[in-house]
Amino acid sequence: MSALLTVEDLSVSFPTRTGVVNAVRGVSFTLGRERLGIVGESGSGKSQTGRAIMGLTPEHGRIAAKRLEFNGIDLLSASKAERRSLRGKRIAMILQDPKYSLNPVMTIGRQIAETLRTHEPVSKAEARKRALDMLAAVQIRDPERVFDLYPHEVSGGMGQRAMIAMMLVAGPELLIADEPTSALDVTVQLEVLGILNRLVAERGMGLIFISHDLRLVSSFCDRVIVMYAGRIVEELPAAKLSEAEHPYTRGLLNCMPRIGADRHPLPVLDRKPEWAL
Amino acid sequence: MTPALSIGNLRVTYDEFDALKDVSLSVAPGESYGLVGESGSGKSTLLRAVAGLAPVTGGMIEVNGNSLGSKRDKAFYRQVQMVFQDPYGSLHPRQTVDRLLLEPLAIHGFDNTESRIVRALDEVGLGSGFRFRYSHQLSGGQRQRVAIARALILEPSILLLDEPTSALDASVQAEVLNLLEQVRAARNLTFVMVSHDLAVVTHMCDRLMVMQHGREVEQLASADLSARRVTQDYTASLLTASEGFRRNG
Repeated sequence: MSALLTVEDLSVSFPTRTGVVNAVRGVSFTLGRERLGIVGESGSGKSQTGRAIMGLTPEHGRIAAKRLEFNGIDLLSASKAERRSLRGKRIAMILQDPKYSLNPVMTIGRQIAETLRTHEPVSKAEARKRALDMLAAVQIRDPERVFDLYPHEVSGGMGQRAMIAMMLVAGPELLIADEPTSALDVTVQLEVLGILNRLVAERGMGLIFISHDLRLVSSFCDRVIVMYAGRIVEELPAAKLSEAEHPYTRGLLNCMPRIGADRHPLPVLDRKPEWAL
Repeated sequence: MTPALSIGNLRVTYDEFDALKDVSLSVAPGESYGLVGESGSGKSTLLRAVAGLAPVTGGMIEVNGNSLGSKRDKAFYRQVQMVFQDPYGSLHPRQTVDRLLLEPLAIHGFDNTESRIVRALDEVGLGSGFRFRYSHQLSGGQRQRVAIARALILEPSILLLDEPTSALDASVQAEVLNLLEQVRAARNLTFVMVSHDLAVVTHMCDRLMVMQHGREVEQLASADLSARRVTQDYTASLLTASEGFRRNG
C-alpha cells in the first residue's frame, strides 16, 4: 500500500523573546488509509504536528522536515496557492469546539455549500443539494431546517456534526481531527465518533485523530503515536495499548481514575528529564 | 447528627427557565458527595445556588443546621468555600499569589496572615517560592493549587468543587485529586463535587447524584455505581458512554 502521507523528521519551532521554542522535534510517521491516533498532554506538540500538515502553522513559526509528502505532492515546496487548493479539498481538519470554529454570522448550510463551491465548479442548487445530503449523512434528522440555522442556534453535538459535514463535503482523502469531541458530553461524544467512524470507513479516508485522551484514542484508532515534549516516545497498535513499554505511556494510562478501581492515592506521573531529550 | 449540608426542594429560575427543579439532598459532615450529569443538567447550578451565586426561587438550604436566606453573611463564607473549574479565569491576573491569599484573610480579619499564607502554600505543595508570582507565571495545575489554597486558608468545613480538574491534563488531574483527598482527610472536610466524569466522581466521592434536565435521576453510593447496581436507564447509559468508543456498537 502506498502511503497517503509521509512525514519524516518534522520540526516546528517558534522564535520568542526568550529564545526559540521547539514545539515539534523530529517527528516521523507514515499514514495509509487508516486511523492514526496522536496522543499527548498539552504542549506535547500533537496539535502543531497536525497544523503543519494542514499548512496552518502561524506565520512566524518555522517548519523543517526531510520529507513532508501528501500523495506524492511535496508540501514543503508547494506554493501558497497550491496549499490552498489542497486545504479543504483533499486535506480537511476538524477542530475542537464548534462554537469557535464555525462562522457565527453565516448559516450552517451556506458554510457547507461555500466549502464545496470553493473547490468545485458547481451550481448553487447543486451545492445546496449536496450540503443537504451531507447533513443527512451526519445523521441530522431535519437537514432542511438545520441548513438555515446559525451556529449559535444549535447544540454542541449538532455543531460538531455540521463541522464534520463541512469538512467531508468536498470528499477529502485525509482528515485531521484535532480533539473533535473534547468539548462534548460523553454520550454525545460517542454519537459523533460513531458518525466519524462510519464516514471514514465508507469513504476510505486516512484519519489523524489528535487527542489528550489515551483511552478514547485507543478505542477508536488502529495505531497510536504517543508524543511527549515534541517527540514521539512510542508508537504501537491501539489494541496493544496495555502492553505499552514507555514509562510515560504507562504512567499516563495509570494515573486516570477508573470506575470500580479503588486506588487511593492515584499513582502520579514521575516525569524523567531523559524523556524530553 | 446534623447534616453539613441539607437541601430541600431547591428551585433555581433564570428568567422563565427552571435550571433546577425540586432537588433535595443531604450530605453528612466529613462526607464526600458527587454530582454528575451532562451540560445543562443543573449540577453546577446546584453548587452555585449553595454558594449564593444563583437565583434561588424555592426550597431551602441548610448549612450545619442553619437555614440560609437570600443573602450570605461572612460567617457562611468562613464555613463554605468554592473552587472553580477554570484556573485561568478564577485568579486575579494582576495580583500576586500573596495578594490573592491575603484578600480572604483581610476580609475575615484573621491574624498571623504571614504564617497562614506560608502554611497554606505548603499544604498545597507549592512552597514559598511561588508566593510572589503572578498567576500567568504558573501552570494550570499550579494555579488550581493556588485556588485550593485560597479556599482552604479560611479553614472552612465545606468545600464546593466545580469541575476542579476538567481543565487539566490527566497526569496533573491525578496530582490535584490526590491533594484534595489528602486535605480532606487532614481537616475532616465535607466535599460537594461536580464533574461530568463518572470515573473522577466515583474515585472521589462516597455517594453521588445523577442529574438530567435540572432534576435528580437517582442518588446512589459510588460502590453501587461501580458494580453497575443502577436503577435508572439514564445512569446505565452514562456508564456505558464512559467506557469509551466501541466499533459496531
